[in-house]
Amino acid sequence: MSTALPVLKAEDFTSDQDIRWCPGCGDYSILAQMKKVLPEIGVPPEKTVFISGIGCSSRFPYYVNTYGVHSIHGRAPAVATGLRLTRPDLSVWVITGDGDSLSIGGNHFIHLLRRNVDLNIVLFNNRIYGLTKGQYSPTSVEGQITKSTPMGVVDHPLNPISVAVGAEASFIARSVDSNVKHLAYTLKRAAAHKGTSFVEVYQNCNVFNDGAFAYAQDKATRDDATIELEHGKPMIFGKERDRGIRLNGLSLEVVDLSEGKVKEDDLLFHDEKASSTLVYMLSRMRRPDFPEPIGVFRDVVSETYEDAVHGQINEAVQQRGKGNLQKLFSSGDTWKVGA
Amino acid sequence: MSTEATKSSATQSSTTQSSASATPKSVKTVSGITVRLCGDSGDGMQLLGTQLTNTSALAGNDIATFPDFPAEIRAPKGTRAGVSGFQVQFASHEVHTPGDSLDALVAMNPAALVTNLADLVKGGLLIVNEDSFEDKDLKLAKLKVSPLDEPAMENYRLVKVSMTKLTKGAVAEFGLSVKEADRCKNFFAMGLVYWLYGRNIDSTLRFIHGKFADGKSVLANANEKALRAGWAYGETIEALGHSYNVEAAELKSGTYRNIIGNQAMAWGLLAAAQRSGKEIFYASYPITPASDILHELCKYKNFGVCTFQAEDEIAAVCSAIGASYGGQMAVTTSSGPGIALKTEAMGLAMMLELPLLVIDVQRGGPSTGLPTKTEQSDLLQVMFGRNGEAPLPVLAAQSPGDCFEIVQEAWMLATQLMLPVVVLSDGYIANGSEPWAIPDVSKMSPIVVTHPTENNNPDGAFMPYKRNELLARPWAIPGTEGLMHRVGGLEKEDGSGNISYDPDNHQKMVNIRAQKVANAAKLLPPQQVIGPQSGELLVLSWGGTYGACLTAVQQAQKEGISVALAHIRYLNPFPSNLGEILSRYEKVLIPELNMGQLRMLIRSRYLVDAVGYNKVKGKPFAVSELVEKITEMTKSANHKTAQSLAS
Repeated sequence: MSTALPVLKAEDFTSDQDIRWCPGCGDYSILAQMKKVLPEIGVPPEKTVFISGIGCSSRFPYYVNTYGVHSIHGRAPAVATGLRLTRPDLSVWVITGDGDSLSIGGNHFIHLLRRNVDLNIVLFNNRIYGLTKGQYSPTSVEGQITKSTPMGVVDHPLNPISVAVGAEASFIARSVDSNVKHLAYTLKRAAAHKGTSFVEVYQNCNVFNDGAFAYAQDKATRDDATIELEHGKPMIFGKERDRGIRLNGLSLEVVDLSEGKVKEDDLLFHDEKASSTLVYMLSRMRRPDFPEPIGVFRDVVSETYEDAVHGQINEAVQQRGKGNLQKLFSSGDTWKVGA
Repeated sequence: MSTEATKSSATQSSTTQSSASATPKSVKTVSGITVRLCGDSGDGMQLLGTQLTNTSALAGNDIATFPDFPAEIRAPKGTRAGVSGFQVQFASHEVHTPGDSLDALVAMNPAALVTNLADLVKGGLLIVNEDSFEDKDLKLAKLKVSPLDEPAMENYRLVKVSMTKLTKGAVAEFGLSVKEADRCKNFFAMGLVYWLYGRNIDSTLRFIHGKFADGKSVLANANEKALRAGWAYGETIEALGHSYNVEAAELKSGTYRNIIGNQAMAWGLLAAAQRSGKEIFYASYPITPASDILHELCKYKNFGVCTFQAEDEIAAVCSAIGASYGGQMAVTTSSGPGIALKTEAMGLAMMLELPLLVIDVQRGGPSTGLPTKTEQSDLLQVMFGRNGEAPLPVLAAQSPGDCFEIVQEAWMLATQLMLPVVVLSDGYIANGSEPWAIPDVSKMSPIVVTHPTENNNPDGAFMPYKRNELLARPWAIPGTEGLMHRVGGLEKEDGSGNISYDPDNHQKMVNIRAQKVANAAKLLPPQQVIGPQSGELLVLSWGGTYGACLTAVQQAQKEGISVALAHIRYLNPFPSNLGEILSRYEKVLIPELNMGQLRMLIRSRYLVDAVGYNKVKGKPFAVSELVEKITEMTKSANHKTAQSLAS
């Protein structure tokens, strides 16, 4: 008797909870794409766990019918590390925001990445604190007027991709909430990668920071304001695909392809396996000087933390045999009293 | 039980002369000895002390130890700040403390001498390394004249030994560097001490050859030579007229070993894991004096132990919460400052209702405080140091060996009630050691832990907060089909676990979580009292002061004072019969190494006018100060004193 595997659908991952994000929030789109790709990834709901911290994005676990932990501010990477280390049979996702992972949880974020625990972290970057009603975040831009910066932000913003490169993350990607096809593709790539997969998603907070990423979302501007990274392909962008990125010494530059002086072969070809120095340079591409890269910055093979940890445990068992408590207690110097 | 005198002041008085056939000198049998070894923190005093402890334990003595060292790893050589000491009491009767005052003091330099001499009894034996009393050494110890030339030396039996030179001579044949040869002098001192107390050197020789294996046999041979030279020196010099003999103590029959508190804690975790069929996930961030638990556990990967040195205290406790959600035995350890950092996450674990062990090895506070010194000042922090109404069970170990027991009880509570449990230890019992009767592992009872596989709600989705008779919720773990559920720090509806802001539900949930903690008392044994079951004075103590309080109470009882001891191991909830016990005594004395934290709890809970005896000096209680306080508080004692004055 053969039993066909049940085919999972997005509904299988939909929980019975009412969604409480503001109407028009970019989070809806990310949730929809996640529910779309989860069945395609093929891990059943009971083997999937979503772990979040605090913030608008961190309500996410309640809305997917999997296991989930809505933890405390900034600590989701630590909770997820403990779970994944002890339960490598589970597919673990961390859902976080720019405040949650880059401000209060900055420490856990970098240590998760450098350890390369095999889980996926999706950072909803809206450059604002939404749940606390509109204070600036570590990714807010200089001069941004927010509830806590009436005269403009004076902090220099943190670049999540640069931080990830610095922590030597083995998978680094960026996508945009409204670019649903690209987002779905990126989430699937993240799930397929063994090791920590970091995905930054430009997400619109239509209440407190509306339009922060309009340049990357609007069809009219996005082809000029962003550049899609494709492995093995020359870095070309623009509505007319008439501009490219060239490596000039230790700098990147935008070059014009329309006049024929610069050929495609002169451009930088995107390589997901490139050295972190090059990936770092890509991460520094910022408007208005450069189009902002969208796609997979880096995808390299590196031993996962749990493999290394369990490797040592297995090695210890092989070398010394499964631990025996009585033997341990009686080891070393002992003495007998009475009968 | 021993029938010998237990007064530490009398340890050297019950002597009998006997001539030993093995040595030319006479041997004096005494019931117990308290000795302290002190020198620079680089002098190997902790090693010397540990070896003397093990050797004495192997000789069948009862022992209690007190390692005392500075927070600096290598404070400037020869200075008072850098003095490291190790005190051990070994006896032919039961001992519960490392001793109030010293029968013998070994001081390796002037700084060690002046900082420790006050604890040496009059007429006590004082052995010094006279080679380290040069002008430069005196200057480092901020001394103008050598303490050896002070008239006060007449109060002691001073034995000046040229340890540095004698050691150099003894190891000359091995061609060591000056520094290496100098470092052998602690083994010379050890040999001398071993001769003095008739200790067998075999186990220390095994230690030496084990430590300096792998091509370092020259060092092993040199250290052995130094040890033997020290022994021979003791036999030879006239200043030491006789050696001492301490017979084996009458302990309960069984096989024993020496155990250190932090080691017992680690082994207790291993036992708890085996009893519950779980593997340990142990997450911590290095902190004194808790780190030795991490060092111990990371050796036992072959027991399936997964140790995780997290990036900080918060990550340690949070990763443990993640592991607990996944069904693992999750443990995190720290000391006061680290517990402060874990506070928010402990509240989360309490809110999620997941089993978790949080072990606090207390040290002197506040803030960074006295990292290497002992104190009991985290009690109120672990009781109340969380936002909102967030009670947790709190248990406290009473001795090094008890760490093994208490942590298993804590894991039993955590799993049966589905909540985090705090275990308190302290620097004194964490680093102290005592003989430990090795338990029979095959007789350990199981701790039954189950994970549901069936939906508990016939009408719909699984209910993660549906409770049993103890109010514990089911521990459903990821990977189980059909039981998908979400947990979080937001208030949740009882039963379904869905987010709820309903006022009545919040009141209900707060009540349930408090009642769950109260239910722990049903799973724990009632409080025992040592001494009269009612009467004039009850000494109520907790944690690492057990040894001192018990010894003091027993001593006072011998003097005819009506006093009993209730030493509590369960601080939240209190044992169910505690209030009734308190009501049977006229007065209650609560000695604590803090400014009155248990006293505050007892007074508010039972409206008992308890009196405190409080000390925060980074040191354990001396038995004598407790006896004095007990005497002061009791009429029976006052009456006796009056009688003796009248006659």
